[in-house]
Amino acid sequence: MLGEGIIKGLVETARNFFGSYTSKQRLTTVQFPDERLIQPEATRVFPFLVFDTDDAEKGLRCVACKICEVECPPQCISIVKSADKKPDYSGIYAGKPQFYPSKFDIDVSVCMSCQICVEVCPFDAIKMDTAFELSTDDRFGGLLWDKQRLARSNEYYRSIHPTEAAEVDAQLAAKKAKAEAKPASAAPSGDTTAR
Amino acid sequence: MSPGTESPEMTSLEADAFVEAAEQVETPEAARASAPPVNADGEQLLEISMGPHHPSTHGVFRMNVVLEGERVRRLKPVFGYLHRNHEQIAEKASYLAAIPYTDRLDYLCSMTNNWAYALSVEKLAGLTVPERAEYIRVIVGELTRLQNHASLIGFLMQDMGASGTPLMYAFREREKILDLFESLSGARMMCNYMRFGGVRVDTPPQWLEQVRTLIGEFPRFLDEFEALLMENEILLSRTQGVGVLPSELAVSAGTSGPMLRASGVNYDVRKVDGYGIYDRFQFRVPLGEHGDVFDRYMMRVLEMRESLKILDQALRDISAGPIIDPKAKLRGLRPKAGEAYGRIESPKGELGFFLISDGSQNPYRYRVRPPSLINLTVLEDMCLDRSVADIVVILGSVDIVLGEVDR
Repeated sequence: MLGEGIIKGLVETARNFFGSYTSKQRLTTVQFPDERLIQPEATRVFPFLVFDTDDAEKGLRCVACKICEVECPPQCISIVKSADKKPDYSGIYAGKPQFYPSKFDIDVSVCMSCQICVEVCPFDAIKMDTAFELSTDDRFGGLLWDKQRLARSNEYYRSIHPTEAAEVDAQLAAKKAKAEAKPASAAPSGDTTAR
Repeated sequence: MSPGTESPEMTSLEADAFVEAAEQVETPEAARASAPPVNADGEQLLEISMGPHHPSTHGVFRMNVVLEGERVRRLKPVFGYLHRNHEQIAEKASYLAAIPYTDRLDYLCSMTNNWAYALSVEKLAGLTVPERAEYIRVIVGELTRLQNHASLIGFLMQDMGASGTPLMYAFREREKILDLFESLSGARMMCNYMRFGGVRVDTPPQWLEQVRTLIGEFPRFLDEFEALLMENEILLSRTQGVGVLPSELAVSAGTSGPMLRASGVNYDVRKVDGYGIYDRFQFRVPLGEHGDVFDRYMMRVLEMRESLKILDQALRDISAGPIIDPKAKLRGLRPKAGEAYGRIESPKGELGFFLISDGSQNPYRYRVRPPSLINLTVLEDMCLDRSVADIVVILGSVDIVLGEVDR
């Protein structure tokens, strides 16, 4: 009979419609601002800079090696290395002063969230954030994030990526123990090589 | 000619004559191309421009269509509106930096794009992929195929006028797969997951279980989809016998993927090339008979069922182990001078990356063989003598993503 196939199809749509009242499988809509899905731990949005201690300025792990600046596919990172050195707050350099970025800018309007900066960083200084509601009406300054805007504490990192942060913490603790065991003359040359 | 470029010996009168002569030069071919199209009786035909902002073109794609009444007499596809210089960018960047750009070729199937590129670099640099990484690649590759085919059918129905319902059902299922991709790689679409010699991260705990649950539920969706569509008289009359692509033309034009197989040519890179570990899996290659839109639609439905079989076997056989070749370096990869072509069966067809290395940090030549573009070259042959409404359906059945067509 002509039209039989259409009726069969409509039975299917009706089953979906009425099923949406009873079955979670068929009603998948989330009323977004009120209801929120839990983000998976691996979620990545834009990078941030990790700092130890509670001083966002002095505790930055970044030593301005510029590896991420070179490797960034869309070239959205801009780093200026400091002229002087700051004291070592992380403890992994056995108290030896380190360079720091006097400027560290990420143009998030160019950033494509690929995570390559995180992968190439030998110092675990840059990680991916999960915050995504970032719209701004200032399309120049508001999208060029500087060092202050990018800095996030290690506690924040632990809260958004617990598993990954635990691994990083363990690695850093091992490095720190190694650095403390050796006298200060041993420079952390092994840390700077490429993975 | 601007006054600045005049040679000093030329007087202004001579210069005017020169300009006039230059303007009058017109080759006979150019004259024919610019003349309005006419039919055999000398009547003028209607020339319309479908796209670049046409809802049926799946992006920014233009077709210059010449119509006689409602019938298509000529069709000229115009590419390039989404050209982003992908190949040149990749030649200027390191091997690693090109991976996130490959995500953006066919943005529905970033996993398979990564895979094809990783495969060609692995051939170039002589890296081997550990067992577990191969299995993960197969799993994410087949999941990509599932979500691509499901959404393609949804889009095709949307083009046909079934506004919303099939597409939303398809997206509901696609969503589950994208959620899995997010928990694996961190991103839903731009996964950036494969690395040379393996994959970036291991599967999170319970991930494989989630995939198992998903593929357990997927056949129910396919049954539902088939009940919804397969016997629909409107669908049948709109697709059967429409846009026929003869197998000889399909082969000589170099089409690949479901489109080639719908024309009855048994050619699947997974079978003929056996890249990765595809030779270990039992699966069949569905073949069409007529090469029309309906067969192309059926290819997708049947391939989804075969993908489920592959996933089932991959999940059964996957074992623990390393996920990346220990020799693989993330930064500063400098393959020896040479060339390599890596190809895979992406959901759209044969996706290949051709690389020439001169021993430096970036490829000397980087070339993509995009299945969408090559499948689109036979569009005119499929559309001739059909109506305008059929163009929309035929284009929908080719399965293009403009990111890959224009690169």
